[in-house]
Amino acid sequence: MNWNSFGEFLHMSGYGPYVWGSYGVFALFIVVEWVQLSRRRKDIIARIKRMARMERGD
Amino acid sequence: MSILSKEFWLQFSSPKTFYPVAGRMIPWFAGGAILLTLVGLYIGLLAAPTDFQQGDAYRIIYIHVPAAWMSMFIYIVMSVYAGMGLVLNARLSNMMATALAPTGAMFAFLALWTGALWGRPTWGAYWVWDARLTSQLILLFLYLGYIALQAAIDDPRRAYRASAVLALVGVINVPIIYFSVQWWNTLHQGSSINISQAPKMASIMLTTMLIMSLAAWLYAIAIALFRVRVIILERERHSDWVRDLVGARP
Amino acid sequence: MKTRHKRLAFVVAGLGALSLIAYLIFNAFQGNLLYFFSPSDVVAKKAPIEKSFRLGGLVEVGSLKREDDGLTAHFTVTDNVQRINVTYKGILPDLFKEGKGVVAQGKLEHDGMFRASEVLAKHDENYMPPEVAASLKSAQNGAKSPAPAANTVNTEGGRKL
Repeated sequence: MNWNSFGEFLHMSGYGPYVWGSYGVFALFIVVEWVQLSRRRKDIIARIKRMARMERGD
Repeated sequence: MSILSKEFWLQFSSPKTFYPVAGRMIPWFAGGAILLTLVGLYIGLLAAPTDFQQGDAYRIIYIHVPAAWMSMFIYIVMSVYAGMGLVLNARLSNMMATALAPTGAMFAFLALWTGALWGRPTWGAYWVWDARLTSQLILLFLYLGYIALQAAIDDPRRAYRASAVLALVGVINVPIIYFSVQWWNTLHQGSSINISQAPKMASIMLTTMLIMSLAAWLYAIAIALFRVRVIILERERHSDWVRDLVGARP
Repeated sequence: MKTRHKRLAFVVAGLGALSLIAYLIFNAFQGNLLYFFSPSDVVAKKAPIEKSFRLGGLVEVGSLKREDDGLTAHFTVTDNVQRINVTYKGILPDLFKEGKGVVAQGKLEHDGMFRASEVLAKHDENYMPPEVAASLKSAQNGAKSPAPAANTVNTEGGRKL
């Protein structure tokens, strides 16, 4: 283990903003991609159901 | 079902049969990606030693290199699917190409983003117009152009055709990115991994980078399968099998 | 049949236009994107002498001198063939070190001195823990090699640095 404390880990020997700025944005993009895609899937399924209901006329 | 039988391969060619197959594959790829990411992050951020010249700033390599590799690799796979769609008029190939583009664009952007945050403390600049960085920026534009072109053309078949041509022409940029550090004077350093030479990295660093790359690979497959399933639902929404599937028919 | 011809023409025209764009981009690369000139290029007068350009090479070991103001630095950039003296006023990047790669933007004065307005560090593609680097270096010094450890990768060719 390289770090003696959590603060030291966050500090990354002075490169903290660069390292965490990279890892953070990377993680954010991946989360957003999944959330956005899950929403898109929910939307299309709801739309297909709505279309079918309208055609049946109820 | 035998791998040699015709039925086995047919399930990968039509949207209707591929939809459930893709659904069954997603958890495996996503699970593998999560597992490898946890291992890679543990070693990369906690266990791996610091670097002799760059200190802890070098730890960005564990996400920068996988993102850059994936952005190039996804582009090639996307172009192959787009080309197959163009020549064979195969619907599922077109859908796969479309499903890969946003993830490829994301990785291209992340390669540039992490590279900027790595360049500032090491080189002294977020951005320079050298051949490696510029060609990677062109890759991002190619992805965005591909996505925009599809969105701009209403008729899906024409949209697929036009965007496939763009994708195929853009393939020339991938070897340019890869070899730019050899062909031109660049600020960007050369490759640490080379077919003809021993790796220029300590083995724990190299292993971690490869673990993270494999994780990115599995992630890309999982998300592309997820997205192609959504695209199948959107494109085939009028067909009976889709309505049966979502339980929209009595 | 007719629509198919039209479609084909559309595809061919699109392909042609995009190839042209690709060709232009590639051309721009060749002309402009040689990111820096080596000291040998400068001596051979390949660099634009009147305009600002980038000079790249290694910081010669033992050449770095700082003035008392703490900002102005003098050093020599070499490609192991030719040498150019550089003067720079400003903050040097963390990885700026003697024996390591550097890219400096600036102008060549008439006396042959390169006055830099920006200095970037060009690091190599080697990654290892400090202990390994130190033991590599001491092994090399033991073998009475005059070059420091990090210089060994730079001998493959001037342009790769």
